Amino acid sequence: MASEAHTSAEYIKHHLQNLTFGKLPDGVWGIAHSHDEAKAMGFWAFNLDTLLVSLLLGVIFIFIFRLAARKITAGVPIGLQNFCEWSVEFVDSNVRGSFSAKNDMVAPLALTIFFWIFLMNLMDLLPVDYVPTLMETIGVPFFRIVPSADPNATFGMAIGVFLLILYYSVKIKGVGGFLGELTLQPFGKWGLPVNLLLEGVNLIAKPISLALRLFGNMYAGEMIFILIALMGGAWIGFTPGSVTLYGSQILLSLGWAIFHILIVTLQAFIFMVLTIVYMDMAHQEHH
Amino acid sequence: MNINATLLAQTIMFALFVWFCMKFIWKPIMGALDQRKKQIADGLADAERAKHDLELAAKRSADMLREAKEKVGEIVASGEKRASEIIEAAKEQAKAEGDRIISGAKAEIDQEVFRAREQLRTEVSAIALAGASKILGREIDAKAHNDLLDKLVSEI
Repeated sequence: MASEAHTSAEYIKHHLQNLTFGKLPDGVWGIAHSHDEAKAMGFWAFNLDTLLVSLLLGVIFIFIFRLAARKITAGVPIGLQNFCEWSVEFVDSNVRGSFSAKNDMVAPLALTIFFWIFLMNLMDLLPVDYVPTLMETIGVPFFRIVPSADPNATFGMAIGVFLLILYYSVKIKGVGGFLGELTLQPFGKWGLPVNLLLEGVNLIAKPISLALRLFGNMYAGEMIFILIALMGGAWIGFTPGSVTLYGSQILLSLGWAIFHILIVTLQAFIFMVLTIVYMDMAHQEHH
Repeated sequence: MNINATLLAQTIMFALFVWFCMKFIWKPIMGALDQRKKQIADGLADAERAKHDLELAAKRSADMLREAKEKVGEIVASGEKRASEIIEAAKEQAKAEGDRIISGAKAEIDQEVFRAREQLRTEVSAIALAGASKILGREIDAKAHNDLLDKLVSEI
């Protein structure tokens, strides 16, 4: 629990504030020390916590798999190689199941998405107060440990996927084919504006739904952890009420954490599968 | 919670991770998996071929064994035949030899008998002559009575 001076609202607000680096009101670049300061920085600011943690987790993913890939043999696999091979085959079978065209890029894309998001989501299982408290003691005002609960991270990935969708749509179908797909169906050329509206929404919905689904799940999960953490925070001594609340916090956070393991994995999996499906749609010619 | 430039940085980071994964992770791991798949397939094919070869070899060895047995039988039979032939020939030869020896011995015996008879005859004639001369009391002129003596001898 953070310091007792916090009210519940302040506590929640503190936990939901990213460590933002940008232009302060006095014109100097620096770290925002309050929510309003961060908000005033506008678009050209960076959430250092999101960037740092996601970079670190991505590097961990790359490092583990590279370690296995470097020493890989076609002989009897051992240890880490087993795990990496299993992961690769798992992703590969998913790609083979839903992606019918030929593209060597989709499977590694799916693997990266799955493990990166999985690791980012996994940070949600760290107790909510550990990292922010630790950071506060070394003078860092805010620190959100779950990058995927920051819409910047999820939209960042979703935009990456969206650019790939656009790129491959144009590459496979040509500019005309892609525009035709957007404008000439489902109602034929006389329904062009309606077609464009429908297909445009359809297209734009892909990255937005990808990003918001992941963000929403992780944000809600984080929020519930924070709310559960508030129960023990109401500690006022060994009164029956306080003890009950404290015990409830332990039980509830345990239960929610166990349930959250499912969400963590599931959301990573859903993001991966939807990416594969979207890529497949981008590769498919409509008839 | 604001959308800001973190978004762009995340997109770039994402692209880099995907690129690295594609280049340095997916390729070697998939390569190894494919290679192993091929090795296993080759191994199975080899095993199948070896099994086939083993069957052929077993069949061939059985054939060879049967042939060898047949040959052995033939050899034994011909050996037995030859042995009995040799024995027959030896028997015949022995019989011929025996016959020869017997006839030789017989001839010798005849000769001996003849010679003994001759000797006896001459001795008898001499005894007869001596007896006659004693009876007559005088010497018989052997020459004069030679023809008589010879006649006597031949009569004995």
